[in-house]
Amino acid sequence: MSFNIHPLQDSDGSIRNSKKRGIHSTTLAAWGFAMPLIVYLAVFYVTPLIQNIFMSLHRFTRRTFVTGDAPWSGIQVYQEVLGNPKFWTILVQTLLFVVLSIIFQYSLGLALAVFFNQNFRLSAVLRGAFLVPWLLPPMISGTIWQWMMDADTGVINKVIGFFGGSPIWWLQADHSLWSVIIANIWLGIPFNMVILYSGLQNINQDLYEAASLDGCNYWQRFWKITFPLLKPVTMITLLLGFVYTLKTVDIIWIMTKGTGTSRTLATWAYEMAFGKGTSATIRYSEASVVGTILIAIALIFAFAYLRAQGSERSKQ
Amino acid sequence: MRHRSTWWKTLIAVVLTLIMLFPIYWMINISLTKRRSIRSGDLYPRDFTLTNFSSAFHTEMTYLGTSLLIAVGVVLLTLVIALPSSYAIAFLELKGRRTINFLLIVAQMIPAVVMALGFYQIYNRIGLLDSIPGLIIADSTVAVPFAVMLLSSFMTGMPHSIIEAAEIDGASRWRVFTTIVVPLSRNSIVTTSLFSFLWAWSDFMFASTLDSGGGRMRPITMGLYDFIGAQNQEWGPLMATAVLASVPTAILLIVAQKYVAAGVTAGAIKD
Repeated sequence: MSFNIHPLQDSDGSIRNSKKRGIHSTTLAAWGFAMPLIVYLAVFYVTPLIQNIFMSLHRFTRRTFVTGDAPWSGIQVYQEVLGNPKFWTILVQTLLFVVLSIIFQYSLGLALAVFFNQNFRLSAVLRGAFLVPWLLPPMISGTIWQWMMDADTGVINKVIGFFGGSPIWWLQADHSLWSVIIANIWLGIPFNMVILYSGLQNINQDLYEAASLDGCNYWQRFWKITFPLLKPVTMITLLLGFVYTLKTVDIIWIMTKGTGTSRTLATWAYEMAFGKGTSATIRYSEASVVGTILIAIALIFAFAYLRAQGSERSKQ
Repeated sequence: MRHRSTWWKTLIAVVLTLIMLFPIYWMINISLTKRRSIRSGDLYPRDFTLTNFSSAFHTEMTYLGTSLLIAVGVVLLTLVIALPSSYAIAFLELKGRRTINFLLIVAQMIPAVVMALGFYQIYNRIGLLDSIPGLIIADSTVAVPFAVMLLSSFMTGMPHSIIEAAEIDGASRWRVFTTIVVPLSRNSIVTTSLFSFLWAWSDFMFASTLDSGGGRMRPITMGLYDFIGAQNQEWGPLMATAVLASVPTAILLIVAQKYVAAGVTAGAIKD
């Protein structure tokens, strides 16, 4: 099997190109064609990011935001945010949200991928149907789950009641974290399933035949062949899953407005930056401090992602 | 082994699919139920009505139109930026393409809330708040890194002999790009466009922050959000609106499923 996880990897042949017109003209042309992207990245990525870091180092309030004379505060706002016990509570909630979401997304996605990898009638059609939750705007999914988890009339509590259980206040206080995790798992299963499914397709079927000739049962074949050979795909899936889940705002916001235990770093930054939900006052500087922390985590994971790609390539 | 005695697998798969898609069914169920019966939670729209849809059509038409405009704008902007640079990365030995690759990965990992905060300040200064072009630019930041990675990796796999032959015949680079590379990239352009469209259509973060004062010229996600923010939620029209806003997803799955699957895996895995 050959995993080429590096999206921009050269194939052979691109070197030959330059010999015909000389290095200089190729270089110029390359820059010419790449210029829109370079300008775009500089203007629409670097500028907002610098703006974000700049604001985290100044004391911005509603007033200084308008007048534009926010005083320099250095790392003071960072110290305030990190010194706030609320930050650590929210960090723990964020980690619970992210880690539990991806564990279940991944293991359910893998189970489904293995299951659908067997050829049976309608398998392709049904696999396609599984994509719906992932392609649906997350806002809509959030709305549906909010309604299904409604304490009085939601269908989930009706089912619980049918089996004799007492209703759960899904979207309130302590339960809200579990509610958004459940909805988010549902949302993420298709993505995991599709990636792992294509990983399974790349595993040589002869290995399985050889193993069954040697008397390996289904379970052994999974742990001895499927799982180890999926490791590179697993790494990439989990890394991407971590970062994407960390960024999540919409589904949480629609379901609970980030209240109770469902507040994560991303929704916290959102409510502080734009004065939404329970945060009536806009706190730009604190929001951008949290934003900068999120950028730092993203950077670490980008490096990890490249390393995962690199180590996979060196094995080829 | 073909389909022999595997009917029970199909049965399990159908049951799993029904469980997975139950929330979608529930949305449709409620959108077709009269207001007085919504809270009774019948398993099918027993108290059937279409008025939720007619009222949703009536109030949400402009939002749907705005969303369409924005999503098409995002697709065009994304392709204009991504196609030439992918060509440079795949064929012209762009110096620093490793750096660009790294930047694109980082760009995909930056939380939208951080981008929204930065954009808000900048738009506030240059007057792009509550405008459709502003929202198109902001939405495109989700799609462009993905598009460049997908298109350039596809172009790298293209047979270089065709391009070399054209160059020997004296075709300029621009000509090679427009008459050979772009047409041959058709499939990955479709995939890129689908995802750019869908992400722009689904956007909540930028719409709720950069376009909150846009009135009726806001995307459909904001039309939905107005329902949710209202004091007594009108679940019937809300769910009907949600169904209308899901139409692009449904069309994509029916018409272009193979492009969708290609897009999911392209970023991560490639044969």
